[in-house]
Amino acid sequence: MTTNPMVPDPWRVQRVRRDTADTFTMELESADGKHPLPFSPGQFNMLYLFGVGEVPISISGDPAKPGTLVHTTREVGTVTRAMRKLKPSDCLGVRGPFGVGWPVVEARGADVVIVAGGIGLAPLRPALYQLLAARNYYGKVVLLYGTRTPADILFRKELQNWHSRFDLEVHVTVDRAMGTWRGNVGVVTTLIPRAPFDPHSTVAMVCGPEVMMRFTVQELEKRGVAVENIYLSMERNMKCAAGFCGHCQYGPTFICKDGPVFRYDRLQPLMTVREV
Amino acid sequence: MEIETLKTLLAEHPFVSGLDNRYIDLMVGCATNVRFQAGEYIFREGGNADQFYLLRHGRAAIEIYAAERGSITLMTVGQGEMVGWSWLFPPYRWLFDARALELTRAIALDGKCLRRKCEEDHELGFDLIKRIVQVLEQRLQATRLQLLNLYDVRPQPAEAR
Repeated sequence: MTTNPMVPDPWRVQRVRRDTADTFTMELESADGKHPLPFSPGQFNMLYLFGVGEVPISISGDPAKPGTLVHTTREVGTVTRAMRKLKPSDCLGVRGPFGVGWPVVEARGADVVIVAGGIGLAPLRPALYQLLAARNYYGKVVLLYGTRTPADILFRKELQNWHSRFDLEVHVTVDRAMGTWRGNVGVVTTLIPRAPFDPHSTVAMVCGPEVMMRFTVQELEKRGVAVENIYLSMERNMKCAAGFCGHCQYGPTFICKDGPVFRYDRLQPLMTVREV
Repeated sequence: MEIETLKTLLAEHPFVSGLDNRYIDLMVGCATNVRFQAGEYIFREGGNADQFYLLRHGRAAIEIYAAERGSITLMTVGQGEMVGWSWLFPPYRWLFDARALELTRAIALDGKCLRRKCEEDHELGFDLIKRIVQVLEQRLQATRLQLLNLYDVRPQPAEAR
């Protein structure tokens, strides 16, 4: 955690890499190059672009390499558009890491199924790194990833590497495809019925648009995965990130402090309430 | 011997999972084992829909052809799934193309033969229709989600702006 959770520490841009037409990954190092920022998979940082604004962005890097902060995000507004234009050695403010992450350690002994939709793969990547680093502790590990088109596939090279591993099952699908794509076509939920995991001993980690997560949960439940073994990462408008301001209040919880990762049985009563 | 093997293959397929043994026996009489090479058409739009397929291995694409865009893949199906329901409804013509994306093995069921058996035994017919409707429901659900263009709506959970 940064020294004072409300005061950003300066970090420098090492590299900005475009992943797809509208997403990019930033690699940052602390301004003096000496202060690693340990984090848990699923946590997020508040990134402050001085003079422009501050945004919450989940960490997409390897938890075993806390010296480099990696964030993958989509250009969707003023701050992220300006971030895309950052150059190596430019300075950013970082507060964090915040929130509750994925239950990677708690899932030991079980099969793990990761279901990611669109840029939802970014906050799940650290979990996958950690799972693979301790691969012997888990049963089957399955990644189901769905996105809009083949051009929107994130971390393409890494997905190919993961796909070639014998201890990881990777299935990618796109909603729409033309031309040379020979992979799966269809929404990510269609991959769940035939995915190779034991539903009675599985922990599911799900991240993506909320509608996609609702339908994913339905499919997981149909397969027999218990609701208390399903975890979702939620998104709301986060400002202070420490549970003070109430911007991200979701029923009795604050997404920033109690989440963003929640066990589904905690969310279940809230997810169908439109006013929340 | 061959029929026994086919019966075992049929009984193992998720589409008929839990189906009464006597109905599996009835279905075997309408079934044949088939395989398609990668790129080979399983059926083509406008052709006679006289069969449907239970995929045992491999993957297939359901496609539609548009002159200005070529073949457009609507969805892909794989092992354990069912392909084709036009054999159930007049005029029994395929509405789309189905093409094997890789070596695909399947059990082909003769639609005409099965329709006759379903007419003779409504219990079999009802059970079979329930299974097909379940597949249709899943496909409809998936199509609705596809139409929503989900990934355009919101970016990532921790990313707000």
